[in-house]
Amino acid sequence: MAFSFALMIGLLTASGTYLLLRADRFRVVLGLTLLSYAVNLFLLASGGYRVGAPPILDGRTNPLDLADPLPQGLVLTAIVIGFGMTAWLIALCLRIEPDGVDGSRGDAGGEVGS
Amino acid sequence: MFWVWLPMLALFGSMLPGPLLRSWRIDPSVTAGAITLLGLALLLPYGPGIVWDGLSFVWQVPWVPSLGLTFSLRLDALGYLMALLILGIGLLVVVYAKYYLAPEQRTGRFFGPLLAFMGAMLGIALSENLLLLVVFWELTSITSFLLISFSQHQAAARHGARMALVITGLGGLALLAGVVLIGQLVGSYELTAVLAHGDLIRRSPQYPVILGLVLLGAFTKSAQMPFHFWLPHAMSAPTPVSAYLHSATMVKAGLFLLARLYPILSGTSEWFVVVTTVGLVTMVFGAVVALFQHDLKGLLAYSTISHLGLITMLLGLSTSASPAAALFHLVNHAVFKASLFMAAGIIDHETGTRDLRRLGGLRRAMPITATLAIVASAAMAGVPLLNGFLSKEMFFAEALDAQVLFGAPWFLPAAATLGAIFSVAYSARFIHDVFFGPVTTQLDRMPHEPPRWMRVPVELLVLLCIGIGVAPALLVGDLIHAATEAMVQGRVAAYTLAIWHGFNTPLLMSALALAGGGVLFAVRAPLFRLAADGANRSPGRAFFDALQGRVVGASRLLATALRPSALHIHVRWFLLLVLAIPAVLLVPHVPWHALDASPPGPVPVALLFGVLVAVIGVVRTSGQPLTAIIVLGVAGLVVTLSFAWVSAPDLALTQLLVELVAILLLLVALPHFGDPPADRRRLPGRALDLTLALGFGAFAMLGSWLLLSTETPSIARYFLQHSRTLADGANVVNVILVDFRGFDTFGEVTVLAIAAIGVLGLLDNLSRRRAPHHLIPNTPLLLQTVGTVLLNLALVTAAFLFLRGHNAPGGGFIAGLTAAVGLIFVYQVRSPTGDPVRRPASMVRWLAIGVLLAALPGMGSIVLGTPFLTSGSLHLTVPIVGEVHLSSVMLFDLGVLVVVVTAVMAMLPTIGRIPMDDRYHAEREG
Repeated sequence: MAFSFALMIGLLTASGTYLLLRADRFRVVLGLTLLSYAVNLFLLASGGYRVGAPPILDGRTNPLDLADPLPQGLVLTAIVIGFGMTAWLIALCLRIEPDGVDGSRGDAGGEVGS
Repeated sequence: MFWVWLPMLALFGSMLPGPLLRSWRIDPSVTAGAITLLGLALLLPYGPGIVWDGLSFVWQVPWVPSLGLTFSLRLDALGYLMALLILGIGLLVVVYAKYYLAPEQRTGRFFGPLLAFMGAMLGIALSENLLLLVVFWELTSITSFLLISFSQHQAAARHGARMALVITGLGGLALLAGVVLIGQLVGSYELTAVLAHGDLIRRSPQYPVILGLVLLGAFTKSAQMPFHFWLPHAMSAPTPVSAYLHSATMVKAGLFLLARLYPILSGTSEWFVVVTTVGLVTMVFGAVVALFQHDLKGLLAYSTISHLGLITMLLGLSTSASPAAALFHLVNHAVFKASLFMAAGIIDHETGTRDLRRLGGLRRAMPITATLAIVASAAMAGVPLLNGFLSKEMFFAEALDAQVLFGAPWFLPAAATLGAIFSVAYSARFIHDVFFGPVTTQLDRMPHEPPRWMRVPVELLVLLCIGIGVAPALLVGDLIHAATEAMVQGRVAAYTLAIWHGFNTPLLMSALALAGGGVLFAVRAPLFRLAADGANRSPGRAFFDALQGRVVGASRLLATALRPSALHIHVRWFLLLVLAIPAVLLVPHVPWHALDASPPGPVPVALLFGVLVAVIGVVRTSGQPLTAIIVLGVAGLVVTLSFAWVSAPDLALTQLLVELVAILLLLVALPHFGDPPADRRRLPGRALDLTLALGFGAFAMLGSWLLLSTETPSIARYFLQHSRTLADGANVVNVILVDFRGFDTFGEVTVLAIAAIGVLGLLDNLSRRRAPHHLIPNTPLLLQTVGTVLLNLALVTAAFLFLRGHNAPGGGFIAGLTAAVGLIFVYQVRSPTGDPVRRPASMVRWLAIGVLLAALPGMGSIVLGTPFLTSGSLHLTVPIVGEVHLSSVMLFDLGVLVVVVTAVMAMLPTIGRIPMDDRYHAEREG
């Protein structure tokens, strides 16, 4: 099980990275979304995994046998913030020139020194 | 203990001038003046006790005790003298600035940093802890930077500000190192302890290092050779700033520091030789260069350097009376130089130029200003009956009295006289070139006397010059005496502040200086031809400029190499590094045998297969956006199922809803992306990217595999055991979010609100121009009707999920997303009567309401005296929903819900409303 879960994370990471390296805004957005899936699963993995033991106290199961709730709390907010960041990224993409990321436009240096 | 508020009063007061101007149209100079007056009112009552009864106060609260950093202040006579200068001259400068600055310049951006500087400077004067002193020290560097660069549009101002910041900032770092060494040696950073260990420090082998570092800090701040060159460049600051920071107070901070540490650092031959020599060289050099300046403020700047050198030299001489003479001259210089700067500002203000070659004959147009400036310059030159004469006389006496420097007994007195001769000459030039000679005719405007109140500060200072000059013992004698005793930490040998000491060598030297200066002034014309521009050259500045040029050039080269214009190449470098460093460092240590190789069951294999298909699909179809988004949705669904499988129902719910909203978001944004270009990259580039991606994936996989294979001790136990007892909730994830780690969640909700405001701000002027653009134009009636039903259903579901969230999967995030999905659906399928993005301001207001709702219970607990976000609760049983846990955390969760709903509703329609055709041109106009 550990192997297949880890491989899943690896696949998401690899495909996300590949798309991130494309010179195209849309592919970068896709790539970052895939990467955020990978990161969320990875964070969850830091708590180990348990099947069929959601961290909801029902009075019957020993609380210590339940899944680690802390990474879940972290990932939950990470998912929502990830959405916020995607929206922000899209807004940013719409503001930059279409060729702003693929380098076909000259790069002007900022004012440093004098 | 009112005095302990002095630094904080000015530091916090610095936030007031701007807002008060905007809200109530209160002139910022009035605010600044009121705060300064209040400061004086706090300080002055302590005067009699400190000066005549020798009182001193120490006050402390721990700050970072583990570092030895306490917020401790000390008010003794030395600090009192300095604070009096800071506040007294500060008040006059504020009054002066009100008339000097143009109305549009009188803003919080000027008076804010000015007050902040005042606070930082008071902090230096009153620090008991040496580390605290360094903190305030750096604060004065930063505020000085802000004030020099006040006229940001001028390159000279930016250059001067940067130079001052770099030089004084570097000095501050050296000082920090020196202070840390002192602290380690003594075992405490408190001045009381440090000052008692003078012998320990002087005998320590580290003494030369400590001395060097502290002197580096003091000399850079007080513009001593060879670090003096920043001061003339700082003259691009508005004149009130020059008068205040760069002559009266900040440049005195270095001298003040030397005075503070006098008991532990002085009394060695190193101190005597280094401090005296640097002071001497600076004094003579500054005086010589000052004579050749054509800029009024440039002349005063070099003169300031010279006088700072004089005081440094007095501190170095370490004779019995030299500390008193140093403090006396510190006060005198502040008084006459501040008035001279203000006079120079008046001349600049009234004539429009500061060029001595263009000015002349102004005594007819502005007789009162002329009189004031003549008296102040006479004080600067050391003419009898004025304050400058007295301290200069003492200076000559101490130069005669000191140890022999460089084996020549005549050397110190001769050099002192030489400096004084030039001092007389440049003072004479200042007066002559501005007020006498032919009346200038080439001015832009007709000069006349300035407004009454612009002159008042100068009048008061000049009155002080005369007053101290005539009755020194009466006016400042006791204060100087008390401050000197505080400085040397002991009795001070007898000395007298008096006008007449009889016919003696110092008097002869004074006379010689006046006569020599007169002669020098008379023959200045040939000297000027000789000097030409040579006087402006300085090795220190050339070195600084060259170094800065090199550093900037090297960073440019590095930046161009590392940051090519295309984003993906930049990312490629980054990924290569991230991959290379961990691969080299970590992979050899992987415990391969420990990896959990148990065969996966059918469900994990199915999930894995789903992800495999989805990611290949996304990559393959990334050229056809619509398909790619749908396949991306599949990937998201598989991730959702994985969450559900590994016992994370809350995550699965959240991911499902976010997936819905994110797909919608991508769909509304899709038209604006246009058709993605085909991947034009040639094979080697793609192969490299593919290798990188696979390597990165392999690394992530290895990391996760290791994580999943090792049982690490977790703090989960605590949450699982105490969720019921401490927070009264069964859904531990929700309890963590709203209670145990509520502060984290509060931060995350704030981030979400900021992202939403960011989207609104980025797209505001793009989305406002056109009617709403809908995903589904001409919506069928059926869909509209269904939409209403769906919305109601979604809202009821959201309420249900929200209420049960503390005990079962649900809560503010999930409920908020559910409601948002319903709202978005309705927004998309029918023409909204109330368009939620019509007024972005209202969205921002709702975001603020949400964040405040989340903060409210926290505030409540602070009021009740418990830690931030402590919860309180009440139990209710509601039909259908079941047991409801009404508590302060519910209010918190409600805040989360409001932020989530508003954020989604702000982002999605805003992006959807962007007009299709002219989006790239619209922003250029807007």
